[in-house]
Amino acid sequence: MPTILAFLIAFVIPFVMGIYLSLTEFTTVTDAKWVGFSNYAKAFSNQEFLNALWFTVRFSVISVISINVFAFIFAMLLTRKLRGTNVFRTIFFMPNLIGGIVLGYIWQLIINGILNNYEVTLTSSATYGFWGLVVLMNWQLIGYMMIIYIAGIQNVPKDIVEAAKIDGASRSKILRNVTLPLVMPSITICLFLTVSNSFKLFDQNLALTAGAPSKQSAMLALDIFNTFYGKSGYEGVGQAKAVVFFVLVASIALIQLVLTRRKEVEN
Amino acid sequence: MQKTKASNIIIFIILLVLAMAFLTPIFVVLMNSFKGKFYISDTPFLFPNSTTFTGLQNYTSGIAKTGFFNAFGMSLFITVGAVAVIVLFTSMTAWYITRVKSKFTNLMYYIFVFSMIVPFQMVMFTMTKTANVLHLDNPIGIIFIYLGFGSGLSVFLFSGFVKSIPIEIEEANMIDGCNPVQSYFKVVLPILKPIAITVAILNVMWVWNDYLLPDLIIGTEYKTIPIAIQYLKGGYGSIDMGAMMAMLVLAIIPIVIFYLACQKYIIEGVVAGAVKG
Repeated sequence: MPTILAFLIAFVIPFVMGIYLSLTEFTTVTDAKWVGFSNYAKAFSNQEFLNALWFTVRFSVISVISINVFAFIFAMLLTRKLRGTNVFRTIFFMPNLIGGIVLGYIWQLIINGILNNYEVTLTSSATYGFWGLVVLMNWQLIGYMMIIYIAGIQNVPKDIVEAAKIDGASRSKILRNVTLPLVMPSITICLFLTVSNSFKLFDQNLALTAGAPSKQSAMLALDIFNTFYGKSGYEGVGQAKAVVFFVLVASIALIQLVLTRRKEVEN
Repeated sequence: MQKTKASNIIIFIILLVLAMAFLTPIFVVLMNSFKGKFYISDTPFLFPNSTTFTGLQNYTSGIAKTGFFNAFGMSLFITVGAVAVIVLFTSMTAWYITRVKSKFTNLMYYIFVFSMIVPFQMVMFTMTKTANVLHLDNPIGIIFIYLGFGSGLSVFLFSGFVKSIPIEIEEANMIDGCNPVQSYFKVVLPILKPIAITVAILNVMWVWNDYLLPDLIIGTEYKTIPIAIQYLKGGYGSIDMGAMMAMLVLAIIPIVIFYLACQKYIIEGVVAGAVKG
């Protein structure tokens, strides 16, 4: 079974080893020395890590909300009977296919072009990097989420909407009491995808600002990468950060799934 | 009726404006790819004029600097190889763990699902080391790593689909004298075709654009397109903006062609992948 073998090599073994190594001090895998939880203590007393954590959380909250709100509005507009909806869907989805590195450099050009008028650049302040990433992520993911919402909205049975209309329900009422509950499965998926994508963001961050100025716009994934490959002797700390990162991503994803699944109704 | 018509026109205009806004970034890059490198950061939003227009010079220098055609070939090789291997082997695995019910296959299934929520950084360092020790740090080896790391989602998608196929079809084959391998290729694989397309699309989008895994595993000896672009940046701060713009355009073109050619499958694939996920 080649899959099982590849899976063992590429995932299971590194995963188990990763947890073990987070409790040791090492530079290569063979010279690991057991140090218990001191790596975790170091990680949490590391200002850059805390900064990256806070940056990532703020970024994720804002981009998850904005992406989903816009994607849902786009989906509502594009499920009406209009001319050219397919063309619009095609255009809105396209940025998603462009790779993270390329996206980062495209937006670097544009944002620097705008900021140039005020004699500052993208890397002058972490605030620019922050909003730059928010705009970039919105551009990239709105189309993807829109497609999923469109599928959800189209699955809402027409007769229920008709019945609500005949009963004299207003548009906003239909949206709140009929459409939203019935597209809850799509909302679950979209939230899950946006949350995990925002937290794991790496390529875009690297290409757009690479953490500049002085690592203030580095997100967790980039901070972990820098810990591994930037400073020798900190590999254990890097691995400890990675474990914290994993626990964080996994628990947020699971909590979110449980919460929104509870709101789903059978249709 | 009149009212809906009017509101439809307004919505159409709103959408048109939004669509233009969505295309602007790509258009700006395209425009700048024809400008001399010293003019790009000053006036990125102006059309190239007679002083700033340089024709295809950025493209030729960019291609030379990055070895674009090699990078393109490398990206193509890794993507096609990895996606083919992933589709073939994960569908087999999914078929096996759904049809053969045992504690082992059950456990495997849960580990595959679990692997989907583990971020790459968790295994980044150890996976790279393991790959080095096993001499998988070459273009063929990385395909194997992609199979391993990408199998979670693919196995999960295939398993959901296999469950919905009535088992009687396979039993009938057994009675007709097919062995499991024959029955897999002749019966199961054709039935799996729709979900196989979904899996292939999702993996193409991932592998083609992936930066970190090839960067860590095979390093700079064989560059894929994202790596070639990142390394164009080179040392501190000094970027040849002209070559960069040209490379961004060249990086976007293949994926746009791919998208327009299989648009229907891509959108269906994204939906199918999401509904199962």
